[in-house]
Amino acid sequence: MAEERKIVYQRPHALLPVNTNYCPGCPHGIVVRTVAEVLDELGIEGTTVGVAPVGCAVMAYDFFGCDMIEAAHGRAPAVATGCKRANPDNIVFAYQGDGDLASIGMAETIHAATRGENITVIFINNAIYGMTGGQMAPTSLPNQVTQTSPYGRDVATAGYPIRVCELLSTLDGVALAQRVTVDTPKNVRAAKRAIKKAFQYQMDGVGYSIIEVVSTCPTNWGLTPQEAFSWMRENMLPYYPLGVFRDVLAEGHESVAEAAIERAKDCPIVTEGGK
Amino acid sequence: MSEKVLMKGNEALAESAIRAGCRFFFGYPITPQTELAAYMSKRMPKEGGTYLQAESEIAAINMVYGASAAGARVMTSSSSPGISLKTEGISYMIGADLPGVIINVQRGGPGLGGIQPSQSDYWQATRALGHGDGQIIVLAPSTVQEMADLAYGAFDLADTYRTPVMILADGMLGQMMEPVVLPERRDELPEKPWATTGHKGQRPHNVVNSLYLTADALEKLNVERFERYEVIKREEQRAECVMTEDADIVLVAFGASARIARSAVVHAREKGIKAGLIRPITLWPFPTDAIEATIGTAKAYLSVEMNMGQMVDDVRLVVNGRKPVEFYGRTGGVIPTPAEVLAKIEEMNAKGGE
Amino acid sequence: MAATHNIVLAGFGGQGILFAGKVIASAGLIEGRELSWLPSYGPEMRGGTANCSVVLSDEPVGSPLVTAPDALVVMNQPSFDKFRDTVVEGGVVVADSTLVPNTSEIPGAKLCCIPATQLAEEAGLKGLANIICVGKLFAEVGFCDRETLFAAIDKCVPPKKAAMIEKNKQALEIGMNA
Repeated sequence: MAEERKIVYQRPHALLPVNTNYCPGCPHGIVVRTVAEVLDELGIEGTTVGVAPVGCAVMAYDFFGCDMIEAAHGRAPAVATGCKRANPDNIVFAYQGDGDLASIGMAETIHAATRGENITVIFINNAIYGMTGGQMAPTSLPNQVTQTSPYGRDVATAGYPIRVCELLSTLDGVALAQRVTVDTPKNVRAAKRAIKKAFQYQMDGVGYSIIEVVSTCPTNWGLTPQEAFSWMRENMLPYYPLGVFRDVLAEGHESVAEAAIERAKDCPIVTEGGK
Repeated sequence: MSEKVLMKGNEALAESAIRAGCRFFFGYPITPQTELAAYMSKRMPKEGGTYLQAESEIAAINMVYGASAAGARVMTSSSSPGISLKTEGISYMIGADLPGVIINVQRGGPGLGGIQPSQSDYWQATRALGHGDGQIIVLAPSTVQEMADLAYGAFDLADTYRTPVMILADGMLGQMMEPVVLPERRDELPEKPWATTGHKGQRPHNVVNSLYLTADALEKLNVERFERYEVIKREEQRAECVMTEDADIVLVAFGASARIARSAVVHAREKGIKAGLIRPITLWPFPTDAIEATIGTAKAYLSVEMNMGQMVDDVRLVVNGRKPVEFYGRTGGVIPTPAEVLAKIEEMNAKGGE
Repeated sequence: MAATHNIVLAGFGGQGILFAGKVIASAGLIEGRELSWLPSYGPEMRGGTANCSVVLSDEPVGSPLVTAPDALVVMNQPSFDKFRDTVVEGGVVVADSTLVPNTSEIPGAKLCCIPATQLAEEAGLKGLANIICVGKLFAEVGFCDRETLFAAIDKCVPPKKAAMIEKNKQALEIGMNA
């Protein structure tokens, strides 16, 4: 008698059958897979265009099965903007790390967000430049030792880390800004729900969405994967608390446009229009 | 045929781009190209197109990159300091074989420089629009009519060869008005099967990329690209020759300075000096054939430019020591006068090609 | 063959200097001539001086920047002082004497002073001193046919301001007869 077999787990279609360049224990693999699962579940692989960054995810164009564009360092939101404006029916996402998104590409990030570009940004925050070998990132914590902050990040000279979701949540164009992590199966499931919501918002034309994934870099942190998650929980999560920082629909608005008008209700040119 | 209208160079160029099927414009304000962006902001919404004022020149060129990857006819415009910022994106477009049209309405430099007309970005346009092995096609209009015509043709060149194309104009051509006949609109555009428009489950995924971590793979691509450049050099060189057949002194000048050089040549002929003018319309590929055709008859060459002497390098490369090559130019935004150029021609004529 | 005209118009920003130049250029367009119009631009325009060069010719225009005008219109003192010595032998200078109080003869050139700004205000044509000056220049130089100049006004006044067409033509007449 033939044994009855059931598929309980397999490679998502939107994830190509290739080896990634990620280090063992790197959460990038989890996040890439999660995004691919979402593309499958929403049935949008064929209409999606992804934009890969410069950083550890630079080769992401080889991993995702959807059409892909490789952007210059930090420019993914601008590239995604051009792509989305050209073909508004495409689902366009950018996949970026902290150096790419919050340092060299901060202007592009903020302006894509404030324009309310109807794109989705997946942001991996592991507080370090991974690909170049562990330099200080815009999100490196105070006193964190990196290759270029060998005595620990000195806030007197290097300034303070940027809390991206908090920063972007002040902008009228942002529909969804949420911070998640992927250190446990439960958190992975929560991250997936957030990512799916972000893509759904884009499909529904709600506006710009960003999902920040607090992550680790075992290789450059010099820790085992489990130690790295522990360090992340102890040090990063208090600085970068998980949660929803902006969700216009949950706040009771129909869209970012409606929320923006309400916020500026005492400003006649906003509510009544120009000449 | 459309009627002749009076338009600024910047506006004629913009309208012509729209008629060539460009529906996406990303830019950032800078003098003296401002009218171009303003014109696009007025017209694009009416054409169902997109005008987007980017947060920076860098963002603008990367939006061009994204829209081009998505298969659109797309354009950006700026002036010299802004072009320096765009060179990053242009290099990536070269590396990813993306078409697109970039306008440089040049002003004086280096640094913040000035805002008066200049041709001091010749080296940048023909040698160094970003890092890495690579060239882009560079077109040099000399009249408002050519601002319109070359912009129109630039989109076809860009799509045919999958390369960025630059229109190297200057503040004079951008700001001045002349009568112009605008080209006819076209709506049928070339197919771009390589574009990232979503595979719809019907083809392998398309990737637009300039990263090749294997040296051999990158070398192979660069060699292939340069083979394409050889085709461009063979097929696309363009120059206008004015009274060069019997000329002793052959002037070489492009864009605004070619207008002045032409006046000087006419004055020289009136004085009995056999002068002629080669006006490169393509700066890259440089019209070597047009110069080569005069090498047997010319006694000397004179490059006239609004810079400290940049294109003269290319003239010397073609002439290759066979005849004297001299230079006359004004810089910083100063426009040379025909009288100044004529004086230089007379001085050279007196030397008799020594 | 009609003559070549190298014209410079200069004054303060806001006086309609560039528009006046455009009217002259449009006259050239209507008559199918070669022509160019080149404005000064940039910070100069911000409340400072504005000037433009117009060339009408039967040959393709070389430099559109007129450095030695045969016709000059000036609508303020600094412009008169700046451009008076650039005018060629036999040239014509039209000065708005309301705003150019200190004129001096220009050797070899004909100086025509008319109180254009004052005339405009008296005629209820505030802001059209520029066109009065164009009318005067036409009377002196005749850079096109009379009807062409009026047709150029039709061409240059934007549809939104169609009510201004008649006023502009009135201003032309005043200038021609001044």
